[in-house]
Amino acid sequence: MNQITLHLNDQTTRLYAGTPLAEALQAWHYADRRVAVAVNGEFVPRSAYAERILHDNDRIDIVAPVGGG
Amino acid sequence: MNARDDDTLTLYDETFGSRFLLGTALYSSPTVMQEAIRASGCEMVTLGLRRQNPASGDGDAFWQILRDSGCRLLPNTAGCRSAREAITLAQMSRELFETPWIKLEVIGDDYNLQPDPFGLLEAARELIDQGFKVLPYCTDDLVLCQRLRDAGCQALMPWGSPIGTGLGLMNRYALQTLRQRLDVPLIIDAGLGAPSQATEAMEMGFDGVLLNTAVAKAHRPVQMAEAFAEAIVAGRKAYRAGLMQQRQTASPSTPTVGQPFWHRAGS
Repeated sequence: MNQITLHLNDQTTRLYAGTPLAEALQAWHYADRRVAVAVNGEFVPRSAYAERILHDNDRIDIVAPVGGG
Repeated sequence: MNARDDDTLTLYDETFGSRFLLGTALYSSPTVMQEAIRASGCEMVTLGLRRQNPASGDGDAFWQILRDSGCRLLPNTAGCRSAREAITLAQMSRELFETPWIKLEVIGDDYNLQPDPFGLLEAARELIDQGFKVLPYCTDDLVLCQRLRDAGCQALMPWGSPIGTGLGLMNRYALQTLRQRLDVPLIIDAGLGAPSQATEAMEMGFDGVLLNTAVAKAHRPVQMAEAFAEAIVAGRKAYRAGLMQQRQTASPSTPTVGQPFWHRAGS
């Protein structure tokens, strides 16, 4: 099966083509974390993780709470 | 320390006993932050979102501390450089923190971290349409603030001076003009370094104060949080009491009638 290149928080990584976001988050150990996700600068709600298929060169931002002013 | 029960702050139809909003960055430890929040008496704290390694788990622990504080959460869009970025981060915050509140920041200049008025207004309009409770971090420009109010922002947060400077209220004329011309709640956000500056803002009629660095970077953050809380209450009481008119010439406070030794100096 073909692999695709993804940019996870600006780090390059590879997964199989056709991987849904939900599976990618598991592979990257974010599945049980309190995070929010954007793909190519667009917010992806949690309810859409299962059907959101990742494509070659997608940019994925995964964020978590930090202190802020 | 909170104000009197009958002098509450209302933001988007929600009521707050405290007029002090506190940031959660830059503390030396989570414990110090926790104690500072408690000492401040604040009921709303700001926080942010950043990329994080899944192995750290720091975000979960941090969020749990804030939940335990009982404060309402005000996520920010700090660091965003465009309306698009800020809107996306606000949407991520709403899901993660389960709140429609957002401190909207769109930064226009790296040197003084000045808000970008054009991006800010664009993002505010969009987020209000999406049901967010937007508290925009803005400059003290009157027309910008009027446009933000007209866009549906029910409270505004003009800067005192640039973030993290501690310079206090840099442009009193502009801030006084905002207070005179706008009837929405106004919270001074950013630039305050000393409790006296917070008092000054409250005496001018501002509705609240949001700060972070002045407490987090004090030698004793917990005591400083308490000092700011007292200063904000003092300033608010003074505003409600009504300050005297200033005058250029001296006027004795002790009655001159009945003065003994009247005009007999040297006799």
